[in-house]
Amino acid sequence: MLSSVLVANRGEIALRVIRTARALGVRSVAVYSEADADLPFARAADEAVLIGPPPPARSYLDAAAVLAAARATGAVAIHPGYGFLAENAAFAAAVIDAGLTWIGPPPEAIEQMGDKINARNLMADNGVPVSEGSREPVADADAALAEAERIGYPVMIKAAAGGGGIGMSAAADPEQLRAGFETARSRAERFFGSPAILLERFLTSARHVEVQILGLPDGRVLALGERDCSVQRRHQKVAEETPSPGVRPELRERMLAAAVRAGEAVGYRGAGTVEFLVDEPAQEFVFLEMNTRLQVEHPITELVTGIDLVEQQFLIAEGSGPSFDPAHAGSRGHAIELRVYAEDPRRFLPSPGRIEDWTEPAGPGVRVDAGYTAGNTVTPFYDPLLAKLCVHGADRAQALERARAAVAGFTITGLRTNLPFHAELLASAEFTSGRYDTSVIEGMRRRS
Amino acid sequence: MTEVRAEMVANVWKVVASAGDTVADGDTLVILESMKMEIPVLAEAAGTVSTLAVAEGDVVQEGDLIAVID
Repeated sequence: MLSSVLVANRGEIALRVIRTARALGVRSVAVYSEADADLPFARAADEAVLIGPPPPARSYLDAAAVLAAARATGAVAIHPGYGFLAENAAFAAAVIDAGLTWIGPPPEAIEQMGDKINARNLMADNGVPVSEGSREPVADADAALAEAERIGYPVMIKAAAGGGGIGMSAAADPEQLRAGFETARSRAERFFGSPAILLERFLTSARHVEVQILGLPDGRVLALGERDCSVQRRHQKVAEETPSPGVRPELRERMLAAAVRAGEAVGYRGAGTVEFLVDEPAQEFVFLEMNTRLQVEHPITELVTGIDLVEQQFLIAEGSGPSFDPAHAGSRGHAIELRVYAEDPRRFLPSPGRIEDWTEPAGPGVRVDAGYTAGNTVTPFYDPLLAKLCVHGADRAQALERARAAVAGFTITGLRTNLPFHAELLASAEFTSGRYDTSVIEGMRRRS
Repeated sequence: MTEVRAEMVANVWKVVASAGDTVADGDTLVILESMKMEIPVLAEAAGTVSTLAVAEGDVVQEGDLIAVID
């Protein structure tokens, strides 16, 4: 096993990785910005290095500072978590060039999937269904209008270098497309450093379902079931569950096979996620994007499979097989993740501030991956995720019951959180029926 | 006179309006950024922007003055 690892991230995911490192006897090194010195992850690591001021560009995105911290502490491997440098192919290559072990997929796989147009084309060429959309970047507003005419409205305007739903917008007609196109370009430039835009046919009532894959050192790609991530606000996930209530066994089989083909097409190694949009009535699906890293919502897969995905990442990075027998990897029960955000539960606007009281729920099937605790300050510099509240039950009804009790048992004071929203979600007919799509929150809001 | 104030701690990403501009109710004055989200700050009344109290790159606290519309 690797002797040490530097975790190039912050918050709950840094703590999550440190936890598995500790269980495996791997020395952990945290890096932190001036804003995060008091957070649990910086204190939990065996060693912690200050790498810069609060703005991400000057700390967690500063590749040179992260590599310098690895040298200074003698860390032999780097785990990037998600976000920040996790899907930066140049950083992955720099880690490898520095003689360190990169706990992630090959840089070439990151690069191929990072360009969303290239990824779409590659998937289509490998028999993975894709929606109607651009095969090359859309140069300007006029080209976008012509392209949308060919694809058919409504269309989704996306950053080719983007992901995670940031900077995405839908257009129902040419007027909206013209208005949305320039905004999308400037956001793409700002968030992803490239103004390249693609258009895709927008499915108005689709479920967002993704498949967890693991690429093994011998080239095999395993699919470890799906996660339904349809509960979203502003195209970003708020709650996830597995298995998906909208995927029948025959569709699951096809989606898992497509995810394996996607991984094989890029020579994938390690943990990755293939995202699809599912047309539930038709039981059909199209490729959305591939996330070449550990996913935020990976714990629900861990709960139903009993597999520690971070442990598999460590094992695969050092060239070993998985810790489980792939022939007998199964799934048991139902799991739900609720993302606890520092935001008001009504309009979902950010609510940074100082946490006064922090009391986590406990009980059978309850798991909390937290990034903060009492006395910490949540700053405006990073995303609003405070904790992931996960529950596991024998079936969906029991998971829902445990989720309701866990939400009621979670106390965070001093700032606004979306816990009241989660209580509302778990009580809503839309969610409890299982018959929902990505418009579930809008539907709840229209009703109330 | 209408005072427009920040609803939360945020960074000023973009200043859209300038002092002296005539604005309609609902026009975007500035765009704040907090927790990786853009938050447009809108004019709450029609009129003339008599004061624009922030510049791009500033950090505003909850309740800080952003603009005055006369």
